[in-house]
Formats: sequence, C-alpha cells, structure tokens
Amino acid sequence: MIGERPKGIRSHLPVAYPALMLGIFFIIPFGIMVAISFFHRQPGGFYIPGFEFTNYKNLYTALFGRTLSFSLFVAGLSAAVCVSLAFPFTYFITRMRRRTQVIWLVFLMSVLSLSEVIIGFAWSLLLSRTAGISNLMVWLGLMEQPKAWYPGFAALLFGICYLAFPYTVLVLYPPLSRLDPALPEASQTLGASPLRTFFGVIVGSMRNAIVAAFVMVFVFTLGVYLLPQILGRPQHWTLSVLITDQAIYQTNMPMAASMAIFFMFVSLLLVALTMVIGKGKKIKTQ
Amino acid sequence: MAGLTLEDIHKNFGSVVAAREVNLKLPHGRFVCFLGPSGCGKTTLLRLIAGLESPTQGHILLDGEHITWTPAHKRNFGMVFQSLALFPHLSVGENVTYSLRVRHVKKSTQQKRAAELLDLVQLSGFEDRHISQLSGGQRQRVAIARALAIDPLLFLLDEPLSALDAKLRESMQLELRLLQQRLGVTTILVTHDQREAMTMADMVVVMGPDNRVRQVGTPLDIYRQPSDTFVADFIGSSNLLQGSCMGAREIKIGDQHLEVAEMPAGVSDGTSVTVSVRPEDISVLPGAEKRDNCLHGTVSFIRDVGSNVEIYLNCKGLQIISQSTPKGRPDVKPGDEGTAILPPASCIVLKS
Amino acid sequence: MNKTLRIIFLSLILFLLCGPLIVVSGVSLNAKKRLFFPPEGISLRWYEELLTESSWLIPVQNSLTIAFTSSFIALSIALPLAYFLWRYRVFYARALFTLGISPFILPPVITALGFLSFWVTIGFYGKMFATMISHAIFFVTLPLVTISLGFESIDHEIVEAAETMGADSRTVFKTVVFPLIRPYMISGFAFAFVLSLNEYIVAYMVSGFTVETLPIKIFNSLRYGYTPVMASVAVVFVLLAVIIFGLIGRFGDLPKLLGAMNPENK
Repeated sequence: MIGERPKGIRSHLPVAYPALMLGIFFIIPFGIMVAISFFHRQPGGFYIPGFEFTNYKNLYTALFGRTLSFSLFVAGLSAAVCVSLAFPFTYFITRMRRRTQVIWLVFLMSVLSLSEVIIGFAWSLLLSRTAGISNLMVWLGLMEQPKAWYPGFAALLFGICYLAFPYTVLVLYPPLSRLDPALPEASQTLGASPLRTFFGVIVGSMRNAIVAAFVMVFVFTLGVYLLPQILGRPQHWTLSVLITDQAIYQTNMPMAASMAIFFMFVSLLLVALTMVIGKGKKIKTQ
Repeated sequence: MAGLTLEDIHKNFGSVVAAREVNLKLPHGRFVCFLGPSGCGKTTLLRLIAGLESPTQGHILLDGEHITWTPAHKRNFGMVFQSLALFPHLSVGENVTYSLRVRHVKKSTQQKRAAELLDLVQLSGFEDRHISQLSGGQRQRVAIARALAIDPLLFLLDEPLSALDAKLRESMQLELRLLQQRLGVTTILVTHDQREAMTMADMVVVMGPDNRVRQVGTPLDIYRQPSDTFVADFIGSSNLLQGSCMGAREIKIGDQHLEVAEMPAGVSDGTSVTVSVRPEDISVLPGAEKRDNCLHGTVSFIRDVGSNVEIYLNCKGLQIISQSTPKGRPDVKPGDEGTAILPPASCIVLKS
Repeated sequence: MNKTLRIIFLSLILFLLCGPLIVVSGVSLNAKKRLFFPPEGISLRWYEELLTESSWLIPVQNSLTIAFTSSFIALSIALPLAYFLWRYRVFYARALFTLGISPFILPPVITALGFLSFWVTIGFYGKMFATMISHAIFFVTLPLVTISLGFESIDHEIVEAAETMGADSRTVFKTVVFPLIRPYMISGFAFAFVLSLNEYIVAYMVSGFTVETLPIKIFNSLRYGYTPVMASVAVVFVLLAVIIFGLIGRFGDLPKLLGAMNPENK
C-alpha cells in the first residue's frame, strides 16, 4: 500500500544511507562554513577558530553592496527575459506533433550539453569585431563597419539567457504539456482573439508554473561565475566572482564565508518573496 | 430563418478522411444530434461548425451568409467541450462572464447576467466559488452557463455527458432538453449514445464508419424506417436477416418465405436484401405453431432484466431476438420449441 | 495562434540557439588559430591534437572519471530517497526532499565554498576523491527530480495488482517498480553526467590546482593560452549528446521522460 506509515524503526532503513550522505557531506560542510564566517583571519591567509563579527562588518563596503545589487539585478533581468521567451516557445513545442517535438527536445538537450565556458567563448566570438554577427551583417550589406559588442552588459545578458534557456524550457515543459488543449479552444469560442487567449487563458492558468520557473532561473543565474568574466567588464562581475576571489586569491576564507552566507540569505529571501507574491493572487480568487 | 447549412463538406487530416460529402440543412431553434460510432466524424463536423477547424472542401453558411473562413472567436457560438475546459484560475462567476468580458460589456451588466445564468442552471450564489471546489455535475452546469452567456446563435456540445455517471447523465439529458426548449436556441449535440439522441433530439443526423451522413430525420422516423443496415443496427437493437427478393412483397430467407409490407425502389427479383425487424415487434409462441410469417426454432437463451424480457430463438441457424414486457412473456424456457411471429408491417427491407 | 507569427518567433529562437553551435564548429574546423569571418581553410588538426596531446587527454580522463563516479554515487543517494518518499508517508518527507535539492538550488559558489571549507578541515583538499564526492552531492538533485517524476507516473493500481497476486514489497520493487523507474534513473544519471563534465566552480574550489578537469583546462586556455582544441571538445560533447538523446528519442519516450503526461499522438 503506497502512502502508508512505515512500521517500526527498521522500515526507515532505506532512507538512512541518503540521509547520512547528505548529512555528512552537505550539512556538515555548510555548518563548517557558517562557523568559519565567525573565525578570525590571520594575515598570511590562515584563520584560527574564534567568534567575531568582523567579517560581517566588513561586508559594509561599497564594492560588496554594488556587486550584490548588480548580481541581483542581472539575475532578475535574465530570469524575466528568459521566462518571457521560453514560455511561448515551450508552449508551441508542446502543441507540435510528437515527432517534431522530439526533434526539438533532442536539439535542446544538445544545447544543454554546452558548458558555461564554451558558451562564453562562443558568444565572445559571435559578438567580436573579427568573426561575429557584425561581420555577417557587413557581408550582407546591413552594416557599414563591423563592431565589437563584447565585453559589455548586453553581451553578458545574452550569454546568461542563452545558458539558462534550455533549463527554463525543461522546467516549463511538464506543466505546459499537461495543459488541456480544449482550454484555449474554449476561450476562442467564447470570443477571445488568439492573442487575448494566450495572455488571458494560457498564461493565466499557468501562473504558478511561470512563477516557479522564474524563481528557478533567478537562483540559477545568480550563481554564474564564468560568463561575467568572459563577456563582461570588471564592473559586471557578480558576487560569485567576488567570493571566489576572496577565498582563493586573497586567501581570506572567513571573509568569503561571511559573503556567501549573506548572499544565501538574500537569495532565499527573494525566493520566498517571489513565491508569496506569485501565490498571493491565487489566494485572492478563492 | 434558414439556419445552418453545410455544403459539400470534406475534411482530411493528411491522408485520414474525417468527413466525407456532408450536406446538411439544420433548422433554426431545434435540438439536433450528431450520432455515430467513434471515428465517424461527428466531432470533426462540430469543430468545423465552431470554427476550430477549416474544411478541406465545401462551405458553411449561417442564415445564407458564408462563415466558412470566419475565425472561431468571431462566430458568436457557444460551445461545451468534452473535458469541459473550465478555466482553473478563474472563479465560477469569472468563467461564466468570460465571453462578456472579452466583449467589454459593463461590469454591472456582467454581474447581472452571471446571476441570471447561474440561476438558469440552478447554481445560484456560486459566483465566487473556485472550480476545484465543484462536483462533476456542478462543473457541467458552469460549462453550460458559460457557453450561453452571450445568447449564442448556435449552442454546440461535444459529448458533454460522457464523464457523468448513469443516473446523473439521464437527469442532465432531460435538463438540457428542457433548457433548450425554454431558450429556443439552435442546439447541436454530439454523442455516440443512441439513447441520448433519442431522448433529446428533434432531429438526428446519423454518421457511419465511412464518415458520411447515413440518415437524417426525427428519432422515431429513424428508428422505424432505418435507411440502411448500419442505421438499423446502430439505433436500438434489431434483427437483421439476409435474404433475397422474391416478387413485389416477398422475401426468401434460407428456405422460408416472409411477407413484407413494402419493398424499396430499385429492388428486383433475386436482389440480395436485408430485412430488419425490431425485437419488440416479434412475438414468440410456445411450441411449433403454424402461422403466417413465422419462423420455428428452439429457445437458446432468455434475458430477464426486470423491466423487459428478451428471448433468443435459434431458427435453423438464424438467431431471432424477441422482446416483451414481463406481463406479455411467453411460457417458454431454454430448450423449448418456439415460434417467432414477424408481422409484415414490421419487416423493413433494406438494400444490402 | 497566428501561424506566420509563430513561425517567425520559432525561427528567430532557432537562429539564436544555433549561433554558438555554428561558431564553435567553425572554430574547431578552422585551419588557422584565430577565426575570421569569412572563414579561411578547413582542417581537422585540432581534433587530432585533442586525441594525441596528453595535456588534453589527462583532463578528459579526469573529467570522465569524476563524472562517471559522481553520477553513480548521486544516483545511489537519490534512488532510495525518492523511493522512500513515494512509498511511505513520513512527517519528515518535506524536509528530506528539500535537503535533497538544496545543494543545487543554492548559488553554486556557496555550495562550492562549503565543500572547500569541509575538505580543508578534513584534510582531503586537492584529492580527486574530494571532487567526486562533492560533485555527487552537488548533483544529487538531478536524479532525485527525474526519479521522483518517474514515481509520480506510476499508477498505484499496478502496484496493488502485483500485491494481490502475491508479491511482497521486495518483489514488487524488483519486478514492477524498478523496471518502470529505470528510464528515469538513466536520464537522471545522464543529466548528472553531462553537468559534471561541464562543471567548473566546485571542481575548481575543491581541487582545482591538483586535479585539472576539462572545464578548468578550457577556462585556463581561454585566459592564458588560447587554442581551438577546446572548440573540438565542445563539438565532441554536443555530438555525443545528440547521439545519446537521439537514441532515447528514437527508441524511448522522450516527452514522457521529461514530464509530459499527455500520451496523445498528434
């Protein structure tokens, strides 16, 4: 019988190994990192156990504040752009004939297999002055001179959206494929134009899925490390870059740890906020 | 008012033919049923009328005007889908007034209309309920109310009752019929259940497995005078006997002769025909009686469902089913000899 | 929906998605080191170098080993967890599932830093073993999600039917549940494998200076000594993905694996 309560301590056994592994290799590392954020940093790169708030106080720098806001901004923007493009895209895919669908899905999986560094490299080429899209435009006569569009904010945005796009599609695919095709048809027979049907009924009934996708992409893009360095200028470097810099190059582990913990809290807060706002609308109609 | 006309409609999906040479003139203000087995094209026809598909060939006219290429959202019809397709993110009231909102009707008018419609389907006060809180029957009514919100020119239903349990289905059939009579809206309902069609329709369009229209008529006309063996078999149950024509009023079945009241045109001596006789028109007498138009045989099976009795008679390899009321039940049991009497007036001759 | 609008939209997305693929293929086949448009000369030398130079073969070997073992370990953690949460109802189900997906939903730098702190403290910093375990935990989420999806798609009545025919829990798992879950296990493994091959920051933080994985080598190559061999690597990966997922698509039910519950064949 599925869904029953396990009888006795022994029946909890199957879950002991996973729980143990996650406990030892995730919770403990996390705990250690939290502890280190309170440790005292010695000049020269080592740290001794202690308890002080120095590392957290040191977060109040312009650099940290600016980098944090930029990271949040670029993640939010990419998530918005990504979901806006991926939603209609995935919807169209789910309405296709099965064979065509599979071809598109295999194509997306192969795009997924590109690593972040390769994507950064590819876009740096595509947006370069010597072998990129602008060269193609010149060749076609649409532009006079080739231009370098990287490094820059737009290049970074492009790269991040490209990276996150297949994941967004995969997240939206299950709910969209379960959408009753009669729903948009009903909307049309009731007099709504196809455009109105799309925004009113399709987007409307998929609200929760869209919010979930947004949150997922937001958190995903919050963690980009390589793309900002390849496609962006130093002012575009995200918090992940800063934290790694502190940990490895400045060998200031406590500082890096405090940044990471703070970062985590902020992202969790934003996630919670987005979910509340997203679900909030649902509560109202009930 | 001329009503809806379908002219020479063909619909293919790639190499699959869904509807073939359909020509129909549907009267205004009537309850029409598209009836047929799965895959016969009845739902396709409905969707063509709704504008959700376009015909491969042919025209659709409403009151003389061509609407073949009018998009679905401009046709002002109301449709109830098989899955009901209620919008899960909107309340009952918002679902019902959707078509009004899309047409920018004033909020106060919307509210009034919503109350009216919910009252019509006996769901008064349900405006603020959520779809997930409703039972199957209640959702059904919301779908109906929603489709009727704008006083549509046509009311279309695609197997709307197939998801309901038997008792609910029967009561809904009656309700839909009464609703249609009250509103006077031209209604087209698609179903595979011939009992449903018989209960509700003014006019039945029977479609066959060849995706053509086989017969159009009132339920009783179709029942009593089926145009071919498919219709005879699909509507109600029927005994279908193969034989050949033997003159103006006689059919030879096996080595027996049967007198019939009428012979269809174009049937000459020797032509193979099928004779259709309804079980309730056949009476069975115990023993081997000598009567006009009778077949002798042995009782092989008796099915007594309480409200009626079916007697299966094996007449030299031919199976005859007779139906009678409990009171009129002949005194036979399986294994007994019996005589089946087939009145000439009840023997319908169909071209094979 | 307006048909032409849809076609334009899809074509645009297709064009943008293909862009990097085309460029990377172009670089990998370019005769010269620097790519110019229009391209000049085709050559397979970069692929040759990939297969012969040890400076590339070692990272490839490292990455493959780490990817394989970590995906396997991740699967071993995810399977009993997903099974348990599906089979039984326990009050700590939510918490356990959240724990299972946490490593992945946090920004990777945080998880990476956590691992770094851990391995430094324990003393295994710099060992390949550390990278394997770290990747395994980091990617547990993927098989966990895919396998849970698989469990979701199992009709409870199938299990009940088996039980009425005399199968105990163990037999039910072996004969009914496992075969139904197997494709989801494979797809979870495949996802973890591919992601592990391409993962940079955890591998870098945990043992980046001693164990050089492919992404680390490529990023270094990009910064310090650019060579088109990295493009050949990318092309090989993409071709591999196309083959593997193409096979799944051809012989399996790819839409169902990815969560579609609509068995309609349009």
